[in-house]
Amino acid sequence: MTVKVIAVNTFKEAVRDRILYLLLFFAAAAILLSRVLAMFTVGDRTKIIKDVGLASISIFGALMAILIGTGLVYKEIEKRTIFTLISKPIRRSEFLLGKYFGLVLTLAVMLASMGLIFLALILIQTGALEGRLLLAILFIFFELVLLTAVAILFSCFSTPILSSLFSLGFYVIGHFSWSLETLVKKARPGLGKTLLRLLTAVLPDLENFNIRTEVVHGLPLPASLLLYSAAYGIVYAAFVLTVAVLIFRRRDFI
Amino acid sequence: MSTILSIDGLRKTFSQGFIPRRKEILKGISFAVSEGEIFGYLGPNGSGKTTTIKCVLGLIFPDAGRIELCGRPHLDPRSKEKVGFLPENPYFYDYLTAREFLDFYGQLFRLAPDVRRERIPALLKLVDMERAADLSLRKFSRGMLQRIGLAQALINEPSLVVLDEPLGGLDPIGRKEIRDIILRLRSEGKTVVLSSHILQDIEMICDRVAILVDGRILSQGRLTDLVSEKILFTEIVLSGVGDRELAALGEPLSAQAGRTLLKVYDEARIQAVLDLVRDRKGNVHSLLPRTQTLEDLFVGMVRPR
Ligand SMILES: Nc1ncnc2c1ncn2[C@@H]1O[C@H](COP(=O)(O)OP(=O)(O)OP(=O)(O)O)[C@@H](O)[C@H]1O
Ligand SMILES: [Mg+2]
Repeated sequence: MTVKVIAVNTFKEAVRDRILYLLLFFAAAAILLSRVLAMFTVGDRTKIIKDVGLASISIFGALMAILIGTGLVYKEIEKRTIFTLISKPIRRSEFLLGKYFGLVLTLAVMLASMGLIFLALILIQTGALEGRLLLAILFIFFELVLLTAVAILFSCFSTPILSSLFSLGFYVIGHFSWSLETLVKKARPGLGKTLLRLLTAVLPDLENFNIRTEVVHGLPLPASLLLYSAAYGIVYAAFVLTVAVLIFRRRDFI
Repeated sequence: MSTILSIDGLRKTFSQGFIPRRKEILKGISFAVSEGEIFGYLGPNGSGKTTTIKCVLGLIFPDAGRIELCGRPHLDPRSKEKVGFLPENPYFYDYLTAREFLDFYGQLFRLAPDVRRERIPALLKLVDMERAADLSLRKFSRGMLQRIGLAQALINEPSLVVLDEPLGGLDPIGRKEIRDIILRLRSEGKTVVLSSHILQDIEMICDRVAILVDGRILSQGRLTDLVSEKILFTEIVLSGVGDRELAALGEPLSAQAGRTLLKVYDEARIQAVLDLVRDRKGNVHSLLPRTQTLEDLFVGMVRPR
């Protein structure tokens, strides 16, 4: 209940952020640009549009999550708006979760907006819509659910700029962690190998949420894989949020 | 009367600077506030008033000590159901209007919509902010923020209201209005704790005070007990006696038109002065005991010894 009140207020706050609309604008531009790009390529143009469009949604969604998520909690402390909130009969965890779900809600709305532009373009291009495109967007959403948790975690103890860098690092490494695994296989046994293995265990594999290739090229997507990926995102996000709450709970607001 | 807030042995250390150096801000603070009183928390800048209040509200965690709010440990969220708080230099979500702002805080207390609809206009009226009800807080002046902040602190009809420098940034009329509101809260049976370094305000409305200097409470008690405890000195204006003779009995200050102003610190010496004047066939023009004001008490404590 308290979480909901704070989430709604956070949503109100986030949708006033100009960065959001700047990113939305660029996302729309990128999606539309894919149409132009397709004209200059040989082969299946629809595939190019789908590929570039979905990639744009994913990247700009991630940027939104990071740039807004890392400022949310920090700003509350910096501007001291948090003083009157924490002095009310609410738990700090409720505050943090409220902020989190408020941002998740914001991102859902933004994804819907980008998705709408994208689907409209596809509809114009092919005259038909594919349910699997929605599935791809849904999995982008799962990724953002996780990324938002990470951004909020960092913003519990560091400045927006540093948090953004950390979160961006998390995002980039998360998409290349599969190559880390190949590295582990090739590495000689020893301390280095153990460290690498530890790293791959802790770092998420964000490619789990990337079903764009399968969707675009019409490859099969087993339900078990989808379920696994969705559960993976939710469990990982819950874990990150728990760590964030543990840090946040002991913090002095000075 | 029962205790609504008790603080026992509170200590807090901050680490400061690039190379962290530990600095003890609160050095073992204890006091208790009874139900229905206005309690003044007094101290010079940087003495630790805000730090104490932040500990009470759970914004920072004490290193040691116990705090009880409304009969519960202060970190229990339920202890804050009946507490209102106005921070020093309040900042609020500036994109909300005054009405939305109060509504948001009402929701945090889980007040039903009809309760909020009834209470918000009443509070806006109380702090005289009705005309700014639909203005966004971004456009508020400091004094207006202070007022709406006070309204926010009262949204849950608290039994204990904690106000950190509630009169800061207000003009004389504004100060009087807020003082009146605070007195009215007491008449409604609420308890008010307010911090300030402005003695006049505290002297006018507080029942009891604690004086905090450099992280320690140097004095606390009923205001009337604290300040009437001592007669500081007696001022005697007299003529016809030489300064040299008077110096043995007190402190001759100024001499104008043959009259000397003598400060006598020791009550027992007043009689000796009068006897001396009679001996020398001089005159006593006035004799004025100067009782202590809160300001004297305060300045005496704060001045480094
Ligand atoms: N975040 C902080 N880090 C280190 N020291 C701090 C911090 N906040 C406050 N202090 C120190 O703690 C001391 C007490 O500060 P506090 O704000 O409690 O004073 P105050 O009594 O409220 O003063 P004022 O009347 O100016 O509001 C000051 O010496 C200040 O330098
Ligand atoms: Mg202060």
